[in-house]
Amino acid sequence: MSKWSLISKGFFKENPTFVLVLGMCPTLATTTSAINGLEMGLATLFVLVLSNIVISLIAPVVPDKVHIPVYIVVIATFVTVLQFVMQAYTPDAYQTLGLFIPLIVVNCIVLGRAEAFASKNGVWDSALDGIGIGLGFTLSLTAIGIVREILGSGSVFGWKFLAGDGILAFVMAPGAFLVLGYMMVLFNKLAKK
Amino acid sequence: MALCLTLVCLFCSAVLAGVYALTAEPIAEAERLAQENAIKAVLPEGGSLCDPAGVEVDGAILTYYRYAAGDSTIAYAVKASSIGFGGPLNVMVGVLPDGTVYNTTVLMPMSETPGLGAKCQNDEAFLSQFRGLSPLSVLKVRNDGGDIDAITASTITSRAYVKAVSQAVAAVKLLAAEPAADAAIDLNNEEVQQ
Repeated sequence: MSKWSLISKGFFKENPTFVLVLGMCPTLATTTSAINGLEMGLATLFVLVLSNIVISLIAPVVPDKVHIPVYIVVIATFVTVLQFVMQAYTPDAYQTLGLFIPLIVVNCIVLGRAEAFASKNGVWDSALDGIGIGLGFTLSLTAIGIVREILGSGSVFGWKFLAGDGILAFVMAPGAFLVLGYMMVLFNKLAKK
Repeated sequence: MALCLTLVCLFCSAVLAGVYALTAEPIAEAERLAQENAIKAVLPEGGSLCDPAGVEVDGAILTYYRYAAGDSTIAYAVKASSIGFGGPLNVMVGVLPDGTVYNTTVLMPMSETPGLGAKCQNDEAFLSQFRGLSPLSVLKVRNDGGDIDAITASTITSRAYVKAVSQAVAAVKLLAAEPAADAAIDLNNEEVQQ
């Protein structure tokens, strides 16, 4: 597999949100605005790349029976590091994302890539895979966030172009499912061509 | 097998301890800054903050900061809290000694619904009602017979916000009525209600 396709598959063929349909919990919950989606995506990208790198390095020496606990410990470590760093340097983002930062530990995308890719491939490929999938996740979340913010609040990245409120349902849970569903249809229709 | 897991856990704990040590100070600094900015935002200019103290209102102890120029008190910043739609809602309220509200702001973390209750952070129409609010006005939302218009579709959040503000005003009335030394509770001795 070429280096480029390792990255690009995260956008299209193995897009974590629209094709693999993984990590739905943060996808539905944090995409109330474009900026929240972007921040959540970047936080996951950070953990994904680092955990992929470390797991690809230690996978050959980890006995099979304990590989899941070891991977989870590695992932949890990076998530906690991320939590400390965000709390210290981007307290606003930390407050908005709140609970969903620690929940990255159990995000299926991260453990999924560790199991399916990083444990079987080299460091360099695993890092690229993490970047690809992470960016795909970030873009998907940002796209959903943009749509929900336009419809729900009449703004894009906090820039308001519509006076008053949007359709409030789109900011809340039902809107998350609706937007995700329709965007999935659109994505898969376009991707087939 | 067990050895491998132990080693990984040990190593990860060491890494975390290191990162914690590195970030503990910036985290404390960021929290202090956020608190300070919230206090500054609700007070007029030209005074200096005194150390926090506590005052009891309706059985709950509120933290307040006296804001003074020389000996005379310009205002108080009171941290009041109530229960909103998504959890506790903490509001920093600046109140003049006569009970007039100067300004209010929400303290993070806040867990109101984005797009609805979360608008209590920046909804001008709602927040501007509190600026210069007379001590004689009824601190309730209009549905409950008060003088404050609630945020559209967020009555519970608005109610909580107004309740926090009214607690703060009550606290300042108490402080202004008695000599500060009597009403104030030494925070070091009493447990502060968050």
